[in-house]
Amino acid sequence: MTERTETAAPAAAAPPADRPTPVSPAPAGAPAHKGAGAPGNGNGRWSGDAGESFRRNLGLVGVLVVLIIIGIITRPDLYGDMNWVGDNIMSILTLASVVGVVTVGMTFVIIGGGIDLSVGAIVALAGVWSTTVATQSYGAGGMIFTAIVVAVCVGLVNGFLISYGRLVPFIATLAMLVAARGLAAEISDKQTQVSNNATINGIASNDILGIPVLVYILAGVVAAGWVLLNRTTFGRRTVAVGGNPEAARLAGINVRRHSMLLYALSGLCCGIAAIMLTAQANSAQAAMANLYELDAIAAAIIGGTLLSGGRGTIVGSLLGVIIFATITNLFAINGLSTEAQNMVKGGIIVAAVLVQQFRFKSLTQLLARNKLSSTN
Amino acid sequence: MTDDKRPDEQVQAAGPTAVDNPDAVDAPDGVDSPNGTGPAGDPPPLVTPPADTVPGEVVLRLTDVVKTFPGVRALDGVQLEVRAGEVHCLLGQNGAGKSTLIKILSGAHQPDSGQVEWLGEAVSFGNPQAAMKAGIATIYQELDLVEDLSVGENAFLGHEPKQFGFVRRGYMARRTREILARLGHPEIPPRRMVRTLPSAGKQIVSMARALSHEARLIIMDEPSAVLAHDEVGNLFRIIRELTAQGIAVIYISHRMEEIREIGDRVTVLKDGRTTAANLPARTTPTRDLVSRMTGRTIEYVFPDRPADAPAGDELLQVRQLAREGEFADVSLSVHAGEIVGIAGLVGSGRSELLETIFGARRASSGTVSMAGRQVRPGSVGAAVRAGMGMAPEERKSQALLLGEPVYRNVTLATFTRWARLGFTDAGRERAEANEVADRLELRPRDVRRPVRTLSGGNQQKVVVGRWLLGDTKLLLLDEPTRGVDVGARAELYQVIRALAARGVGVLLVSSEVPEVLGLADRVLVMREGRVVHEAPAGELDEDTVLDLVMAGSLMEGAPA
Ligand SMILES: Nc1ncnc2c1ncn2[C@@H]1O[C@H](COP(=O)(O)OP(=O)(O)OP(=O)(O)O)[C@@H](O)[C@H]1O
Ligand SMILES: [Mg+2]
Repeated sequence: MTERTETAAPAAAAPPADRPTPVSPAPAGAPAHKGAGAPGNGNGRWSGDAGESFRRNLGLVGVLVVLIIIGIITRPDLYGDMNWVGDNIMSILTLASVVGVVTVGMTFVIIGGGIDLSVGAIVALAGVWSTTVATQSYGAGGMIFTAIVVAVCVGLVNGFLISYGRLVPFIATLAMLVAARGLAAEISDKQTQVSNNATINGIASNDILGIPVLVYILAGVVAAGWVLLNRTTFGRRTVAVGGNPEAARLAGINVRRHSMLLYALSGLCCGIAAIMLTAQANSAQAAMANLYELDAIAAAIIGGTLLSGGRGTIVGSLLGVIIFATITNLFAINGLSTEAQNMVKGGIIVAAVLVQQFRFKSLTQLLARNKLSSTN
Repeated sequence: MTDDKRPDEQVQAAGPTAVDNPDAVDAPDGVDSPNGTGPAGDPPPLVTPPADTVPGEVVLRLTDVVKTFPGVRALDGVQLEVRAGEVHCLLGQNGAGKSTLIKILSGAHQPDSGQVEWLGEAVSFGNPQAAMKAGIATIYQELDLVEDLSVGENAFLGHEPKQFGFVRRGYMARRTREILARLGHPEIPPRRMVRTLPSAGKQIVSMARALSHEARLIIMDEPSAVLAHDEVGNLFRIIRELTAQGIAVIYISHRMEEIREIGDRVTVLKDGRTTAANLPARTTPTRDLVSRMTGRTIEYVFPDRPADAPAGDELLQVRQLAREGEFADVSLSVHAGEIVGIAGLVGSGRSELLETIFGARRASSGTVSMAGRQVRPGSVGAAVRAGMGMAPEERKSQALLLGEPVYRNVTLATFTRWARLGFTDAGRERAEANEVADRLELRPRDVRRPVRTLSGGNQQKVVVGRWLLGDTKLLLLDEPTRGVDVGARAELYQVIRALAARGVGVLLVSSEVPEVLGLADRVLVMREGRVVHEAPAGELDEDTVLDLVMAGSLMEGAPA
């Protein structure tokens, strides 16, 4: 959210160069951080909530390290081979890429105080619509355009129903989940639609400098999402609208329009994900991206996004997605069943939330105590 | 850090009148044995003027209580002694640690060190339930009601009367009705949803909650901040009843008159330390109290009105504005550079009027114009674009993003102006927020702190400070000094006057009649949703306004 997370952000999401970097000169006589008349207060710099999310993200990196160590312990044979390790990292990132893109949109929606249960369905609808024979005749550009326009439009409908129709986000997007999958089944006639477009299919099979194109797309979306959330007025409004809608409204922010845009943004991410997933399977069908909504919500929450809105980080969500992908990978390399894997994932979600609640409380208390004893 | 420093600091802080009688303290009751509890080097005890000794036995004694938050030492060695049947006032600037102190007593926070003695035994309340069980009830500064529960359910939250595991709803409603009647508000229905009450009604409910316990100590953190004048009288009557039964009351307020009227003894906090204890509430000169709070003497005065009447152009014009059930037929105008005050009881429709002018509520009829151009009704965005800004009544629910840093709260209405191509300019925002923080003496001064960690009065400064930025032409202020301490209040008045001098129009709502009279150029009096009187402030006095304002009940103005 602020400076601290900036260092943790991948892909060096640098703000544009025209942004004036130095702090503008403070008015003459602006005092330092310590209030002039507050001798008892203000020992130590305040790191605030930014510091908290930084610590939380560090914790997630810790979890990731533990998972990798488990991998090394259970399959020392594989981890001995550096080539395999490199490939495996790429396959984890590839696995994370599609859900990761969806999660970025989901993170915005949740920070903005909403929830989007229809993301999987939107991916499916956009995937199916972009692979109809008619659409494919327009080539790769036509397919991408269609996927994105369809997904954004569905997102706008969600947003409209919620913002102006005053439907509860949970209900509106649940209805959309059912409806969009229904429409996808209708369009595809419940068939699997094969994509014959080499450019599209190439998105999943091509590498640049040894890194899959899908991973670049994920990195790009994450970087854009980070900049959008932390450096733009759009991001600021998102936090305000989710944190205290009434305060945002009384500060002159158009809360309804903004929450509508958030669902459109989620739709946009789904459109991108639809192309990626279609490319991976060389096809699209109405049942694709099944339960992506749960994966995305879980990843966002593990990443520290508050379900009640107003707080969350893109970096945390990305780490959440990567943790899930690593677990899946861990089970795969050990030849374990997906059932066991789902149970472990469920456990991790609960554990992560519990640990966060518990740890940050005790951690702040601990810090307070230490500070005390050191000054005494 | 304190052991060797503390004694002389105290001598210094205690000032001339206080040190007179340093030995008198532990003599009367003998329970006090500072050698047992105090740290090595044992500071000289603080003052208890013997003349004012309250008869009741000591029920609560705090010794050297310390509480640290990350980066702030909120309490840095607090001493406090409360006797049965007394009203013990806590005085201190915004951020002095009053709320933190009472949160320790109510079990919401745990002290890092120091001793809390309750009814002669050392205690540490691990949670609010423990404190309530022990007989300490608290009315918090920030309302802590569950909005979607009924009045009765809120009053008995956590200790509902039960039988066979079922809540005795009828009995609970009956008890609630009794308590509300005792509070002077039999008209509040116990089964009414709290969400639908106006904020003063909510305050009554949280008071009812405190009374629903068999408490021996009731703590009130700025209860009067949301009450109108007649409500405060009511509150005092209740407090007197309570103390007559031997119940002790800890009373926090920034209003000196109230402390004079209801208080028995005063303990003053400054920067988390007790700078004077057990001063007589009625006789200690204000000058002394203020200097112990602030370390300097502040004149609690209003800035002078400019000699020549404001001749600015008409800025705001409201014509026959009405909102069903709230107010009707309100016409008023505010000129550039003019401060117009609205006096009226809570529930007279003042806040609703302000919100409607600002577009946060939609008028059922009438128009609002700025500089001759009609403002689109029901749109805050349009009002802001037309140059209006409003500091709403309830800071926590209506104005603040509690988890966000101070500077982002200050710039919430203006950040887009400094943004380029949609990219925000954090450096500029911090600089602007710093300037506001200086003008309003925000403490602590670090604008990167989350607003959540600020004291109530400092949060209020953030709310008002928001509209000092940008090119606000008309400022709508709803109870701008609620919870703001004496010093900062004077500061805020200066700031408002200075804004007016620069041509900003101000429409001010306040429950404190002296504030309206002292600050405004022109005063409107509202009663039951109508403007009943209008006059230049110089032609009115407090009694006249109170006469005009009186009559009317709390439940008006609440949506049915
Ligand atoms: N949860 C918290 N985290 C960090 N700092 C805090 C927290 N709560 C309070 N503080 C700090 O502790 C100090 C004392 O705050 P407190 O709320 O007790 O003041 P107060 O005397 O009640 O002031 P006011 O008159 O404005 O209500 C302030 O500097 C405040 O910023
Ligand atoms: Mg307070």
